[in-house]
Amino acid sequence: MTVTRVDKDFERLTLTVVAEFDAPVERVWQLWADPRQLERWWGPPSHPATVEEHDLTPGGAVSYFLTGPDGQKSRGWWRVTAADPPTSLELVDGFADQDGTPIAGEPTTTIQVRLGEHGGGTRMEVRAVFDSREHMERVVRMGAPEMFAQAIGQIDALLAG
Amino acid sequence: MVVGELTDEGVDHLFHALADGTRRDILRRCGRGELSVSRLAEAYPMSFAAVQKHVAVLERAGLVTKRRSGRERLVRADPDAVGRARRALDQLETAWRGRVDRMSQVLAQDPDPTGGQGR
Repeated sequence: MTVTRVDKDFERLTLTVVAEFDAPVERVWQLWADPRQLERWWGPPSHPATVEEHDLTPGGAVSYFLTGPDGQKSRGWWRVTAADPPTSLELVDGFADQDGTPIAGEPTTTIQVRLGEHGGGTRMEVRAVFDSREHMERVVRMGAPEMFAQAIGQIDALLAG
Repeated sequence: MVVGELTDEGVDHLFHALADGTRRDILRRCGRGELSVSRLAEAYPMSFAAVQKHVAVLERAGLVTKRRSGRERLVRADPDAVGRARRALDQLETAWRGRVDRMSQVLAQDPDPTGGQGR
């Protein structure tokens, strides 16, 4: 487990996760900047991600879909609001329809990523800010089956260990 | 195992409740607004009693609440906003912990990738 700190601010609807990796900052940046690597961690094992468009420059767009066990695709999008490789990235993440068009009025999450050198490795801070309490709950509801499947996967792993 | 504020029993109830496609669908519908059990029953090819049973499982897991209004029983997603927000953040924490674990795995498998090219 490399997560070193988790802060949940209920008033500001913000989740902050701090993690440390035994790899250089440039290497950790690639996890975000290389679409093929992003695909390997963005979706839970039950719902792997496929990244299509991927432009991590300010104003750039990323489009992706998660494929469920039943073959059903859930589409999502990012809009990059700031990027300063390899240490800083800010984006808005939201739901898209089956054509990949962002769905107006659906919840969005602002994600801020900071990478810095720390003890020979990399410290990553991710802040996820939800636009409203209602939206935060909807993000969870819409993602509930995926997260459930992920939790099951973790339990399987525990049992196997 | 404790997930957020849930006990083992609470987790069992939650997993059991979410393990069924009909119940997940009921939850989604009730998340959009209050619905009567009879209205819900119209949406599924099963008996009123069967739908009522699904609602009871969701209720036990703390995912929905039921209230009486005349002859109707109205179902809605848990109205405790703070509780829901807490649970939402807990679940999102779980999602991000999963992501961080997978990031570590990718780094362990490809410490210095020369394959997939970034931008």
